[in-house]
Amino acid sequence: MIWNKTKECMSRDEMSALQSARLVKTVDYVYHNVPFYREKMQQLGLLPGDIKGIEDIVKLPFTTKDDLRDNYPFGLFAVPDSQIVRIHASSGTTGKPTVVGYTRKDLDIWSECVARCLTMAGVTNKDIVQVAYGYGLFTGGLGAHSGAEKIGAMVVPMSTGNSKKLTTLMVDFGATAICCTPSYLLHISEILKAEGLLDKIKIKSAICGAEPWTEEMRIDLEKSLNIHAHDIYGLSEVMGPGVACDCIYHKGLHVCEDHFYPEIINSATMQPQKQGELGELVFTTITKEGLPLLRYRTKDLTTIDYSVCDCGRTSARLGRFKGRVDDMLIIRGVNVFPSQVEAALAEVKELSHHYMMIVDRVNNLDTLEIQVEVNPEYLTDEIRGIEKLTAKIGHVINQALGLNAKIKIVEPMTLKRSEGKAVHVIDNRKLY
Amino acid sequence: MLAKQLSVFIENRQGRLGEVLEVLKKNDVNILSLSLADTTEYGLLRLIVNQPEQGKEVLAKNGFSTMLTDILVIKITHKVGSLQKFLEILASNGVNIEYMYGLSIDGEEASVVLKASDNENACKIISDIGIDTLSNEQIKNF
Repeated sequence: MIWNKTKECMSRDEMSALQSARLVKTVDYVYHNVPFYREKMQQLGLLPGDIKGIEDIVKLPFTTKDDLRDNYPFGLFAVPDSQIVRIHASSGTTGKPTVVGYTRKDLDIWSECVARCLTMAGVTNKDIVQVAYGYGLFTGGLGAHSGAEKIGAMVVPMSTGNSKKLTTLMVDFGATAICCTPSYLLHISEILKAEGLLDKIKIKSAICGAEPWTEEMRIDLEKSLNIHAHDIYGLSEVMGPGVACDCIYHKGLHVCEDHFYPEIINSATMQPQKQGELGELVFTTITKEGLPLLRYRTKDLTTIDYSVCDCGRTSARLGRFKGRVDDMLIIRGVNVFPSQVEAALAEVKELSHHYMMIVDRVNNLDTLEIQVEVNPEYLTDEIRGIEKLTAKIGHVINQALGLNAKIKIVEPMTLKRSEGKAVHVIDNRKLY
Repeated sequence: MLAKQLSVFIENRQGRLGEVLEVLKKNDVNILSLSLADTTEYGLLRLIVNQPEQGKEVLAKNGFSTMLTDILVIKITHKVGSLQKFLEILASNGVNIEYMYGLSIDGEEASVVLKASDNENACKIISDIGIDTLSNEQIKNF
């Protein structure tokens, strides 16, 4: 099923023409309404008229999270405060949060995009959708909520924080779809299993986002819950969840390209990457009123594919996210992404998907400890068996990272479960 | 005949062993013998109890990684050199001992718990030389 065939299946030429027209309008709009962009364009010797089509986008300046912070809270808004009807803000773990504002039209477009994504995941007006993202300043809860309402589903606004109630209502209401982070879904599946409720649920699809996850974890969740699990992508600066999502063919995430123009750049040279090459994802919003952004650097690493999907959609597809530019750890001089560790551990069938990386510095040497849980059915009563497993995991990690890690097997169900974005790294090095 | 041992994987954390024993106590599971294999990171607690199945169930319910393992319980004459002689027979038949610990002393006789590289084969060799292996039912009456 396709929510908006006109926009999701238009030819590449038509899409380019639409994007060109919208970009030209956006550039003119920000030049006249956002002093920050006017100044940046003037520094580059650019006038709105210099941008004649989508191919001219490379002339435009980039925007970063720091630009949002420097203009905290409302400095980059393009409309008077009176036209802003909703505020969201990022978690802001370091320093001030980044604040985003939406006009009424922005909210309409947002729910339209989420509606497209949920439809990709097979959700219709006959579904009962539990939204288990946090409601509040975080875009996840309200974003998924409005999209599910738009398609006419019965929405159950669970938010996070009460897993017991969530599973109870899942059974009692016969919920058929759930929106939450993948790590929370994993936690829920463990609770359902422990309580013997797996046969009693009617969930058929899960729409998971807000953090990167591996293909193996997606497939495992599908198997253990007997569902379709979809990856929904978004970020508050650009809009929130609903920027992109994968369809039932799971061959990449379809971008709502008529609203958000994607580019993949090399973050060192800032030049565009070729199709299929890994790089940093950059978005330009081409219909937003409240907080329009030119070439916003997401710091997310992925690839892009413009071929037509089996589902019939022609929209550009993002490959599986490989982590974030700033997630990268440097351990003994080696670049390490948590996503590499996650993918390597997923190959070891004895392990659960939960893990924790602990980085430290002992006598001026970086150390990496990886804590893993062994699925109870693979435990043995012989030290030799456990040592063999530890060695096997160590080998897999070494192959993936080119680095030796200390593997620590901990008791099942003891690594911290997360209801929101999972924390996988504790860096105890005091380097600054 | 093979008997069942209750095996528990425990992290080296203060009080963790006590928590295992607490659960067993609350559920009226009696421990007849135990051995604890320790490494720097974790330990393997091996228990001979009066009700192995129930022990496994209550520990699992309380979040412990527990499994039932096949082991051999053997009565040996309580005399100098009897264990050594017994092990010699196993070794000469190509049977390796994975681990072993004592169970109890009952007058003239003592008993040991052991896990062999090949439990079935070990069982056969032992009965061929006329030594009894005990079941969980028999152990209970110690």
